[in-house]
Amino acid sequence: MFSNFIFYFLSILALYSGMMVLLSKKPIHSVLYLTLTFFAIGGHYILLNAQFLAIVHIIVYAGAIMVLFLFTVMLLNLNKDERSPKPFWVKAAAIISGIMLGLILIGVFRGYDLHAGQHPVESQIGLVKELGRILYRDYMLPFEVTSILFLTAMVGAVLLGKKEQI
Amino acid sequence: MNILTSIPISHYLLLCSLLFCIGVTGVLIKRNALVILMSVELMINSINLLLAAFSAYSNDPAGQIFVFFIMVVAAAEVAIGLAIIVLIYKTTHSIDIDVLNKLKW
Repeated sequence: MFSNFIFYFLSILALYSGMMVLLSKKPIHSVLYLTLTFFAIGGHYILLNAQFLAIVHIIVYAGAIMVLFLFTVMLLNLNKDERSPKPFWVKAAAIISGIMLGLILIGVFRGYDLHAGQHPVESQIGLVKELGRILYRDYMLPFEVTSILFLTAMVGAVLLGKKEQI
Repeated sequence: MNILTSIPISHYLLLCSLLFCIGVTGVLIKRNALVILMSVELMINSINLLLAAFSAYSNDPAGQIFVFFIMVVAAAEVAIGLAIIVLIYKTTHSIDIDVLNKLKW
């Protein structure tokens, strides 16, 4: 019962702060609301007993990516808002498209029997030990390839940040 | 404290679909390139949560491994995306996508 309450509370928190990301006038408020959304999703990971994912999510998203966003927002100093806003019909069309996408997604999974393939037991697959064992045994090649991906991303970011002309 | 038996998977599907649609609406509505990037991150996170939920409900660790790799790719993508946005701001002094609508400035 208590965990049900936590689930609904975290869901409402995630949805509310997701909406406020869009509805904020200043980009700095959007960044802070997105950080709150990430913390709510991290709470959801803990509810699912995916402990490794929860810690990695908090460290990577709330700890690194949001700090990058905050630095960029403060670096670009985006307080000037004198441009003309988008016309109303564009915003209305976008909101209607979003709502229709939501209805389509909900309509797709409503007709399915979702309990068919589920075996909900209190499993240990979310723990660091089990996940690490599977990661290093079955998924060793993608793990090494992502290290090359990180290398290219670092080289690209440093290259894009250089001052002198190339 | 086991939610796997008390909360059906359809609740997670509903939550993640709504978060995804909020992200899509954000990409369509907003003019600030940074907020568009944040909406893309919101979409990616909704999919991560859904994958982790299905992995927990089906007792299959492949979902959580996939989330791990998605987080890796998203982190690299945000770094490069922010570097590009800062570079665009340095040359054109604007990150408004209604202003930056030409391929060659």
